[in-house]
Amino acid sequence: MSFLPYVVAVWVCMVGLYGIVTSRHLIHTIVCLSVVQSSTYVLLLAIGYREGGAAPVFIDIPRNTPAVDPVVQALTLTDVVVGGAVTALLLAIAVQLEKHLNTLDPDELDPLRD
Amino acid sequence: MSDRPAPARRPGELSFEGRRRLFLAGAAVLGGLMLWGLGGLPDFDSFTPLYGQVINHVGVQETSATAAVSAVNFDYRGFDTLGEEFILFAAVLVLALLLRRLGEEHTTPLRKDPRRAHTTSAAVRLTCYMLVGPTVLLAIYITGHGHLTPGGGFQGGVIAATALLLVYLGSDYPTMQRLRPLSLVETAKAGGALGFVLIGLGGLIASGSYLQNFLPLGEPGELVAAGTIPLLSIAVGIEVSGGFVLLLSEFLDQLLVIKRKRDTAA
Repeated sequence: MSFLPYVVAVWVCMVGLYGIVTSRHLIHTIVCLSVVQSSTYVLLLAIGYREGGAAPVFIDIPRNTPAVDPVVQALTLTDVVVGGAVTALLLAIAVQLEKHLNTLDPDELDPLRD
Repeated sequence: MSDRPAPARRPGELSFEGRRRLFLAGAAVLGGLMLWGLGGLPDFDSFTPLYGQVINHVGVQETSATAAVSAVNFDYRGFDTLGEEFILFAAVLVLALLLRRLGEEHTTPLRKDPRRAHTTSAAVRLTCYMLVGPTVLLAIYITGHGHLTPGGGFQGGVIAATALLLVYLGSDYPTMQRLRPLSLVETAKAGGALGFVLIGLGGLIASGSYLQNFLPLGEPGELVAAGTIPLLSIAVGIEVSGGFVLLLSEFLDQLLVIKRKRDTAA
């Protein structure tokens, strides 16, 4: 049981990669990349978890209450922000690609075309 | 999506099924290695990284911020957050560059957007208008209370930007455009980023190190407390909301304003 969250992280990562490899549409590819990235959230938060720990917010609980790790949570926040930035940029590239090539099927993109 | 016929293959190209099989073989190896590697980590619920535990114990005392995550973000690892903020800043800049009007395109004058007038029902419009105010209030609350409860500038900023999206959903694009003068949004975005840098410089001048929390800390649990943490949170909130409004506007411009010449000629 104590290993399960790591299995989930690997599983989410693999599912996302599978989606990217078999993708027929670039928007779908971008969403799959977000799925791959979500696996890092699972991993980071799992590392910071501790049995019975409270949320690391000490406004209405005593300050010495055992709490989960705030550092990995802050790192996850960074991860989410970077993920949002990457997704936005990739979507913008997809918009322009569709305009130029009239397709969003990765299989129809030929590196040697024009 | 998948029921379309596969495009013609070029010589030597792997078939779709072949690619899938190749991936599954590779994924089995990669997944196995990942599991093996993660197996070396301590058990899920018994690992207590020391850094986080120290912050949990001394954080409230040292920073007067009761939300340890905000204390980490805007104080202990404030410099990281500076980088994170500028990642977002750069991403929105590049997005605006990518989605600019190209040479072969032209902007169409916005009429009273006919597409939306017919499709948006009165119920949707009313719900959107009713939600705009509370959404803005929630954004201000989440940003301003970042040092007390979960939240902060990043979360609050995104919520603030969704308020504008609600306006678009409930009315039309010209109305939304009137509510977001782009020059003001760009100034807010740049000003938020600059504010973070300047508050950091304040620490350098007042206490000798960059992003040092140099303001009076006050009592933990008070709204005005924790020194520079709420100020940095607000700066980030302004930058993020400006950035996301700009981002949404760029995508909506692509959809509604910028047209290819041959599209409109036809």
